[in-house]
Amino acid sequence: MIAFVVSRLLQSIVVMLTVAFIAFALFTFVGDPILIMLGQDYTQAQYDALKEALGLDKPFHVQFYKFIGNALQGQFGISYRLARPVNQLILERLPATLELTAMAAMLALLVGLPMGVYTGLRRDAWLSRIFLVVSLIGVSLPTFLIGILLILTFAVQLGILPSFGRGDVVKLGNWSTGFLTLSGIKALVLPAVTLSLFQLTLIMRLVRSEMLEVLRTDYIKFARARGLSNRAVNFGHALKNTLVPVITITGLQIGGLIAFAIVTETVFQWPGMGLLFIQSVNNADVPVMAAYLLLVGFFFVVINLIVDLLYYVVDPRLRVDRSVAGH
Amino acid sequence: MSFDLRAAAVGLILSMLAGVPLPAEAKSFRFAVSGDANTMDPHSQNAGQVTLVLRQIYEPLILRGKKLEKIPGLATSWQQEGSTRWRFQLRRGVKFHDGSDFNADDVVFSIKRALAPTSNYGIYVDTVADAVKIDDYTVDIVTKIPDPILPDKLTAVFMMDKEWSEKNNATKPQNTREREEMFTVRNTNGTGSYKLTLREPDVRTVLARSDSWWGWQDKGFNDGNVTEIVFRPVSADATRIAALLSGEVDFVLDPPLQDLARLRQSQRVLEGPEVRTIFFAFDVQRPELLYANVKGKNPFADLRVRQAMYHAIDIEAIKTRVMRGQSIPTGTFFPPEVNGYSKDEDVRLAFNPDRAKQLMTEAGYGSGFDVTLDCPNNRYINDEQICQAVVAMWARIGINARLNSMPLATFFPKIQKADTSLYLMGWGVPTYDALYSFQSLLQSRDGQPGNGIWNYGGYALPEMDRLVGIMKNELDDAKRTQAIHQALRLYREDVPHIPLHHQMIPWAMRQNVNVIHMANNQLEVKWVRID
Repeated sequence: MIAFVVSRLLQSIVVMLTVAFIAFALFTFVGDPILIMLGQDYTQAQYDALKEALGLDKPFHVQFYKFIGNALQGQFGISYRLARPVNQLILERLPATLELTAMAAMLALLVGLPMGVYTGLRRDAWLSRIFLVVSLIGVSLPTFLIGILLILTFAVQLGILPSFGRGDVVKLGNWSTGFLTLSGIKALVLPAVTLSLFQLTLIMRLVRSEMLEVLRTDYIKFARARGLSNRAVNFGHALKNTLVPVITITGLQIGGLIAFAIVTETVFQWPGMGLLFIQSVNNADVPVMAAYLLLVGFFFVVINLIVDLLYYVVDPRLRVDRSVAGH
Repeated sequence: MSFDLRAAAVGLILSMLAGVPLPAEAKSFRFAVSGDANTMDPHSQNAGQVTLVLRQIYEPLILRGKKLEKIPGLATSWQQEGSTRWRFQLRRGVKFHDGSDFNADDVVFSIKRALAPTSNYGIYVDTVADAVKIDDYTVDIVTKIPDPILPDKLTAVFMMDKEWSEKNNATKPQNTREREEMFTVRNTNGTGSYKLTLREPDVRTVLARSDSWWGWQDKGFNDGNVTEIVFRPVSADATRIAALLSGEVDFVLDPPLQDLARLRQSQRVLEGPEVRTIFFAFDVQRPELLYANVKGKNPFADLRVRQAMYHAIDIEAIKTRVMRGQSIPTGTFFPPEVNGYSKDEDVRLAFNPDRAKQLMTEAGYGSGFDVTLDCPNNRYINDEQICQAVVAMWARIGINARLNSMPLATFFPKIQKADTSLYLMGWGVPTYDALYSFQSLLQSRDGQPGNGIWNYGGYALPEMDRLVGIMKNELDDAKRTQAIHQALRLYREDVPHIPLHHQMIPWAMRQNVNVIHMANNQLEVKWVRID
């Protein structure tokens, strides 16, 4: 067990270093932040002074080494665009993104699961067909288009939900939450629906096909033969066995949700990390971009690690294989 | 408590008796722009989205009126004392938002702060040698060379409080060495009509009416009735327009062109020219172009090739198809709002593909050539589409232009290294004087501050340099204007650029919002009325 965890952790460190290196190398191509900071009129002396002050005159490996050293201490420097410490900026934006992602994941599970069960059990019902058509739209329409359509309907035509922003937020220490005000909750609806739609349809289709699969198995037939009620068969036996892959996929998709949030946040002007990243790209704000990529990489690594460990706990075969291989 | 109430009641009655208009009710003005102001420091970033917010809070010595004319601001009068000395009389009784007095020390401090190496406002004080306090309300500004347009430039330099800046360790516009946030990035202390009450970068910036502002008592200044400004950046075009349509914002500074027709049906759309001209520029300096298949010579050094490419452009098609009518075609490189403009010199070379082909043949390029056109795709209105249209027009005269379009973050560093053969640019004139355009774009680069700093094609003509020299030093207005007109004639004849059009800027707002449209694309909320 410990050897497994240690080897996983070592792999994660290699992954993080690779992400850091690629991100850092990419940034030499996004444009010259000094020119953007200096504006229209500057002398070569000003340019050189700023370059030196920012440490950009040093060779690549020195800059990279310094970057890694600072990053380990949680220091990402100063944003070129906003002239504020990057870690502070990210900490300010993190709650917005996490609340949005958590809400979207919940929505996807709470709606996708029942829909999947229903379409699995009543394959030919007209409601199932509607669900399937809707889910097809969910997977095939790009996120930004769904977002804009929702804005048009609920903000412009009906006027019941806000089209952008996060509403009023309440500060709980360093965490800003939109859950405690009416405008905050209203503002969360459209972005959360937009972001969840893809995951929702994914979960629904997954549950449906798993249900269809499981319902054909012998032990379901035996359960029916024993005269168990439909309810006990469908939910007690069938659904329970479909949940393992669903939990895995959902866990892995949370990382995807954070990454997808870039588009949703841009459409809804949601003040999270994705929006911060996009605006930083437009301004060649290297410190923020680097910190964001590292953080997202970190999320993925941690989620994968947890999923791997869960496998280890859930699936006894893994443990057996390991011990056999050890001999 | 009861005492406070009584005092308030007395104040109310007194002010009614005195005829001072009280704001009848709280009027909140919510306006949306695609990008946020990145800083609240008045001298660190010289960008439209920054000054758009800061100009509500801070004030310069000289303000711009509703037609962009110079009007007294924190200085009540100014005149020249000798060729290199300007004297400014300051307004008395002005207070900063924190209650401290505005006086000559603050002016000297602010001018010097704008001169600091990390200031982005150097272009406005490039000729300034020193600022000298004469008495508490008189300041002299001494220039290195005679500068006839110093007052125009000073309309862009905001005044700060010396004591406040020193107390908060913010005597320089940027501090790149210390890895800390400067106090002025999120805090302000101006003399203007609104004061900052909440600043959440990229989310919202809230300003409240400053009742102690000197201008509320002044006729022509006091037409606005906004008590609170909520500035909200919304980067996605569709969302910004949806927010206006759904009534969540009152005003959008930059609506996308394709939405204007629909907006006009339900909202108010104000249109006007912007002081910004779009043009193509060439590398005319290198003996051989970096990005062309012509070896051993530079086709753009040949006037006939430049004329041919000019003749090939169907400017009306660009106006109607690409710009949807939202442009003013021009034959020169700044609009009539700029001092020195001449209608006689604002004449285009006619759209004439046959003449263009003939010129190409005469120049020895009858079979055409390949060249790369560098073009930004998120800087000017429909910039990439303009380039696409022109590439097709040039193809008809045998010039095969490969379009290399890129975001501004890569475009500007590329052309600023002169790493280009042909590029599209737009040029605004914040000083409203022709000198700025000529000096930056057409004077040869001789290392002097400001000379040819945006002349990336390496254009150099002794006669042009001589005329720009006159514009810089000549204090006699008539002689100076004559030199500008001569230079404009030269611009027409020598074709250093292919000018296209002045941009139009549409502003969209709800029906009950009244604003004054400004050609500098800056909104003055002190003039905004909400019915």
